[in-house]
Amino acid sequence: MLQDQDRIFTNLYGFHSPDLDAARKRGAWDETKFLVDQGRDWIIDEMKKSNLRGRGGAGFPTGLKWSFMPKQNDGRPHYLVVNADESEPGTCKDREIMRHDPHLLVEGCLLACVAMGAHAAYIYLRGEYVAERVALQRAIDEAYEAGLIGKDNVHGYPFDCYLAHGAGAYICGEETALLESLEGKKGMPRLKPPFPANMGLWGCPTTVNNVESIAVAGTILRRGGAWFAGLGRPNNHGTKLFCVSGHVNKPCNVEEEMGIPFRELIDKHCGGIRGGWDNLLAVIPGGSSVPMVPADQIADAPMDFDTLRGLGSGLGTAAVIVMDKSTDVIRAIARISYFYKHESCGQCTPCREGTGWMWRVVSRMAEGRAQKREIDMLLEVTKQVEGHTICALGDAAAWPIQGLIRHFRPEIEKRIDDYAANPHTDPVRVAAE
Amino acid sequence: MPKIIVDDVEVDVPAEYTLLQACEAAGAEIPRFCFHERLSIAGNCRMCLVELKGAPKPVASCAWGVKDCRPGPNGEPPTVYTKSASTKKAREGVMEFLLINHPLDCPICDQGGECDLQDQAMAYGVDNTRFHENKRAVEDKYIGPLVKTWMNRCIHCTRCVRFATEVAGVPDLGAIGRGEDMEITTYLEKAMGSELQSCVADLCPVGALTSKPYAYNARPWELTKTESVDVMDAVGSAIRVDTRGREVMRILPRVNEAINEEWITDKTRHVVDGLRRQRLDRPYVRGADGRLAPASWSEAFAAIAGAVKGKDASRIGAIAGDLAAVEDMWALQGLMRGLGSANVDCRQDGAALDPALGRATYLFNPTIQGIEEADAILIVGSNPRIEASLVNVRIRKRWRQGPVAIGLVGEAANLTYDHDYLGAGPETLQSLLDGSHSFAETLKAAKRPIVIVGQGALARADGAAMLSLAAKAADTFGAIAEGWNGFAVLHTAASRVGGLDIGFVPGEGGKTVAEMAAPGAMDVVWLLGADEIEIAPGAFVVYQGTHGDRGAHRADVILPGAAYTEKNGLYVNTEGRPQFGYRAAFPPGDAREDWAILRAVSDVLGARLPFDSLAQLRQALFSAHPHLAQDERITPADPAAIGALASRGGAVDKAPFASPITDFYLTNPIARASAIMAECSALAQGAKREAAE
Repeated sequence: MLQDQDRIFTNLYGFHSPDLDAARKRGAWDETKFLVDQGRDWIIDEMKKSNLRGRGGAGFPTGLKWSFMPKQNDGRPHYLVVNADESEPGTCKDREIMRHDPHLLVEGCLLACVAMGAHAAYIYLRGEYVAERVALQRAIDEAYEAGLIGKDNVHGYPFDCYLAHGAGAYICGEETALLESLEGKKGMPRLKPPFPANMGLWGCPTTVNNVESIAVAGTILRRGGAWFAGLGRPNNHGTKLFCVSGHVNKPCNVEEEMGIPFRELIDKHCGGIRGGWDNLLAVIPGGSSVPMVPADQIADAPMDFDTLRGLGSGLGTAAVIVMDKSTDVIRAIARISYFYKHESCGQCTPCREGTGWMWRVVSRMAEGRAQKREIDMLLEVTKQVEGHTICALGDAAAWPIQGLIRHFRPEIEKRIDDYAANPHTDPVRVAAE
Repeated sequence: MPKIIVDDVEVDVPAEYTLLQACEAAGAEIPRFCFHERLSIAGNCRMCLVELKGAPKPVASCAWGVKDCRPGPNGEPPTVYTKSASTKKAREGVMEFLLINHPLDCPICDQGGECDLQDQAMAYGVDNTRFHENKRAVEDKYIGPLVKTWMNRCIHCTRCVRFATEVAGVPDLGAIGRGEDMEITTYLEKAMGSELQSCVADLCPVGALTSKPYAYNARPWELTKTESVDVMDAVGSAIRVDTRGREVMRILPRVNEAINEEWITDKTRHVVDGLRRQRLDRPYVRGADGRLAPASWSEAFAAIAGAVKGKDASRIGAIAGDLAAVEDMWALQGLMRGLGSANVDCRQDGAALDPALGRATYLFNPTIQGIEEADAILIVGSNPRIEASLVNVRIRKRWRQGPVAIGLVGEAANLTYDHDYLGAGPETLQSLLDGSHSFAETLKAAKRPIVIVGQGALARADGAAMLSLAAKAADTFGAIAEGWNGFAVLHTAASRVGGLDIGFVPGEGGKTVAEMAAPGAMDVVWLLGADEIEIAPGAFVVYQGTHGDRGAHRADVILPGAAYTEKNGLYVNTEGRPQFGYRAAFPPGDAREDWAILRAVSDVLGARLPFDSLAQLRQALFSAHPHLAQDERITPADPAAIGALASRGGAVDKAPFASPITDFYLTNPIARASAIMAECSALAQGAKREAAE
């Protein structure tokens, strides 16, 4: 279990004030000048040493990502873009950071910009995050006022931080769609290559990072990459915000060490599974886009990137959705499927056509109104979508269904049998009832 | 050049190639819907997926550059598989997705038989469906009178959107909605405001956007295709005329990189119904009661002979209209010469162009393709968007390629690209010349400037002085240099350059159009399809043409001729490029090819023309003007003439330039007979009025 002194987000629950003075007391903006003066190579080096893996879901090493920015400036400005379009169902970690610890983010932006030779950071905020916009803008204004950031600041590194507010489209959390939206266009993912590090925002070298990845940077640099790397498990280092929701007694957001066993995470912080551990059915460990893991496999699994990948799932954003045995998993996945159908941008064929198809089939399966052979067909359709799209939304739409079929196929077959045996059964109740 | 292995074939390709191009270079066929050579890469249909060795997922070959491929572990060239199982599977998957919400209504679809989706479904589709849900239903949109929509069929390739935004330069088309609810539409279903809008129907790989006037008229396999050349403007776009029996069913563009790439204007395409309406299908003679009455050819000829007989040759003249072929003008010129008259003119609008000044003074010397090399463009007295839309498209293409300074002197207009509006009239041009205008610096700094002179600057009383002034501008700003001639006269009439080339202008002591039209000037005026002038009462008018338009109303004798789709004819475009048009259909009723009419009437008038066939006519024509025989090739004109022209000078008026074309859709008798053009015109005028309010 993570020691209190190793916590980065010491005001995660908003027990203290988010303003500058309070943040400073908690350690933000401490010795930032010293860190800035160490220069970009040192910062990148420390970040690489910390083994921080991106917190947005894909888990790409952050230090390495920063090092992709061109070393020589060819005349184009460099940009940092912070992805605060946190829209993945189940995920609510960045929200807390921006509400209660916004200065960690602003400071992280400055340090990241130093590391990549950028002088401007854009924070792209999810449309629904209105309170967060207010809080974050206040923190940015405070930092400007205190001379911590701005054209002429105490750190001697010109740096501007802009807040852009999205319009509430999930797809704008995809890095290139985010850039399109930031440029004022329709939020549709771009083709890669070229990658943003070469041609990003307004055609300039750009790095897009998750809020959490940026917000932890200040503390990592202050305490040293080795400290961060000392936490967690090999290749999965440091601390991580877990957002536990669903059928636990006390759903919560909590910062924990990477690789904490699932059982410990739930027992220590969430008051256990509703109805006890025997009542656990399955867990979606990384936000709605990763496949679910059944109870017996997840119960004692360490929560980290590699272990969960080994279980055919992923850590994603560490949004742990716990489902007990009262859950109708098929309907749960049908609802997730509807979400992806609704949020598909419509640009490329497999996702545009496939998400609707998958949703319709899985919705019928939730009622049992399907043929058993359609289960295999559905699985094949998910494979036809997965990996054939411009961005990862197609994959995200396919994986939950693959997880369902992998682990709960008998459940689907039973539902179909029940329906076939009594097609005039009571209609399936819908959520609002 | 990097090497790449495509299905075991190793090829060298330029580094900037995409995988799709590389695969094609290696002889592999890649299916595609959204990819189009002349549009930006969207990569959204996913039909062109190929397997790239080492890549975790199949890659979209249209968007993946050869330089983005990594070599193998031992330095071997990147390897692409276009026929592998995973490629095949990916394509079949995409095809299945495209078809699940496609209505599969090929039997009632106008695109049937020329549909990319149909063709590729034959290669990559399966014959049964696994999709048992309801298909998506999309309401059809109104996007104008020329393009019919059937939005259920749309596969969202966005070619139409990209064409409208990139090539046509109007932001009218777009997609609303998201995911499977995405719909292509115009804003609030207003009509598209482009004169190239029907090209979206060509681009549409399925039957979602089809030609509205042509709807349900014919199937592609019933049509006889004739490659020809367009005469609606002086650009000379390459077209294909599709006929069924005697009737022209539709006109489509052909690829001609030098001129129209693969676009044509709406007028070129949809003038088809004008070829059927208001046609002159028999000769008419105005009787004693002052009314035109049907007559036989011999009666018509006799009437002409009666009118010509005993008249002074200096009071007989001929005017060629805007659609006349070179052969027709050649025959008419021969006839007039035979009658002893020097009164011939092909410049209906009175443009001050004179072949005696040298061929370079009336050609679009830099050529249309040459626009892409220009680094500064000065447009004088022209609105290329309506006078020569495809020239405008080229300028826009150049503008999209990189920084280019474009200045406009004349009527302010939305040209679809950024330009500096310099002023309205000749004094602006003079201020450019004396260097007092800041744009002069830009022009001077340019290495390959183009000065485009429109008929709006030339068809006026001070036209000759304006032409000289424009030549001076070209000279001053370095448009005439070694290997570069940037003096560009933009014509609006398909016949004009041909007429000037053969010298269809007043000879020694001859009268110009204006003089011939003046009251009491002439006894007999022969109008060869000339409808845009008013001949004063008194003269005996012979109208030889195709449509019951203005000229026919004024005529005393009407001789029915053949329209451009009904005869073999030579046209020289504004660049001076001779191009042959070919007969796709036959003239209606008693109408005949114009050269033959002239040959026949020459017998009656006692001035027999020395040819009995079109071949003989052409032989004579080509021996007199050898450059006309160079099909599709421009014979460069001597630029020295422009320098001489520049020094002629003259007094210019202060009046602002006005474009000679007020209504793009109604510029010639065929277009004026077309109901579709009338509808387009009403819409455009309505939009113009709305904008003015």
